[in-house]
Amino acid sequence: MIDKQVDSIAAALAGIRDGATILSAGFGAVGAPDELMDGLLEMGVGDLVVVSNNAGSGKRGLAALIDAGRVRKVICSFPRTDDPRAFDAAYKAGRIELELVPQGIISERMRCAAAGLGGFYSPVGVGTKLAHGKQVREIDGKSYVFEKPLRGDVALLRAHRADRWGNLTYRKSARNFNPVMAMAAELTVVQAKELVALGDIDPECVHTPGIFVDRVVVV
Amino acid sequence: MTPLSRPQMAWRAAQDIDNGWYVNLGIGLPTLVSDHIPPGREIVFHSENGLLGMGPKPQPHEVDTDLINAGKGLTTLITGGSFFHHADAFLMIRGGHLDLSIMGAFEVSEAGDLANWTTEDPSFPPGVGGAMDLAVGARRVRVLLEHTTKDGKPRIKVKCDYPLTAAHCVSRIYTNLAVIDVTPEGLIVREIVEGLSFDELQQKTGARLTLANDWAPLVPKLASTATH
Repeated sequence: MIDKQVDSIAAALAGIRDGATILSAGFGAVGAPDELMDGLLEMGVGDLVVVSNNAGSGKRGLAALIDAGRVRKVICSFPRTDDPRAFDAAYKAGRIELELVPQGIISERMRCAAAGLGGFYSPVGVGTKLAHGKQVREIDGKSYVFEKPLRGDVALLRAHRADRWGNLTYRKSARNFNPVMAMAAELTVVQAKELVALGDIDPECVHTPGIFVDRVVVV
Repeated sequence: MTPLSRPQMAWRAAQDIDNGWYVNLGIGLPTLVSDHIPPGREIVFHSENGLLGMGPKPQPHEVDTDLINAGKGLTTLITGGSFFHHADAFLMIRGGHLDLSIMGAFEVSEAGDLANWTTEDPSFPPGVGGAMDLAVGARRVRVLLEHTTKDGKPRIKVKCDYPLTAAHCVSRIYTNLAVIDVTPEGLIVREIVEGLSFDELQQKTGARLTLANDWAPLVPKLASTATH
């Protein structure tokens, strides 16, 4: 019998080490795995690289990890949010590294990793500061920059419904980065609002198939 | 001479959106465009966080905290709308599936270069979001901006001084004073607000303008006091 459900946040996060690259889903606060991120703070891991569209808001989740000095680097497209104090303070003090990546390139680099590919040529950022240091190649008369795959050691997700096989559905715009991050990490951990019986999620409506999911905790 | 108000600028940009287009509106002033779509046109608004068919702000009874727009404000989905994940949202953008992207801008060059992601202000970290993807990917890129800075300096220039978002991407510029097309022959003025001469407009612009033979006065059919 396959049962990916674990009974605590601590069990869901067990084995995550210092220095890990964490893919943290969500767009702003929506679809963000707040309880799992809080769990990382509690378990004490540090020197983390966090991939997330934004760099934390308020005093929870990623912002709390940054405030506690646990994050070495953030890879994101738009660090500022409505309450960006934690990241701003760390950035100004030189305590955190920022790799700024166009929003669609973050998700595509993760999909590239998920698909087992070695990179791709993109027209985004050609001739801009964000292409500095990247290989440029002309293909059929148009310039592209080479983008490498972006893989996580761990993906932390927030789903609406999950079953014991790890099949997932999301609600509305909370889907955002969750499906692509689910596919792009060695260990994929999900906090779900509700665990349902196997078969209760219509197979036509599964957003993330269980093959990509390792652990589910109901929050 | 009365410059257009921000809602009037949005109104003007909305007049040029055709029935059936899939359109992404940038954060800030461009979001007002959706309030002014002429009756009878069905337009599908795309939001890069994973929506097609984005509707207006929710009424109190419609609020759903899982339903936000790219500016992270609450929104709604109209009948026929859909949700999808981030990589698909940007595939739609980069792959030329959107008919139009309307963005704000700090500066635009006469070649259609766009600068709208950083002023390199050291007091806060830079952010790019989806601007670079939209600038290279949408079939048409149009920008909305005040014609000059607060201290009267041109924002339409021979070359942008701020770091570029993308080169050669803007095809039409809407300002509070004029409607200007970016063409291989340079910047062509299509419309000017009433009471402003072409020479006066040229003085407020950092690149050479050409007045179209069939230019027209820019007359907003929306009260300047309209608020949103």
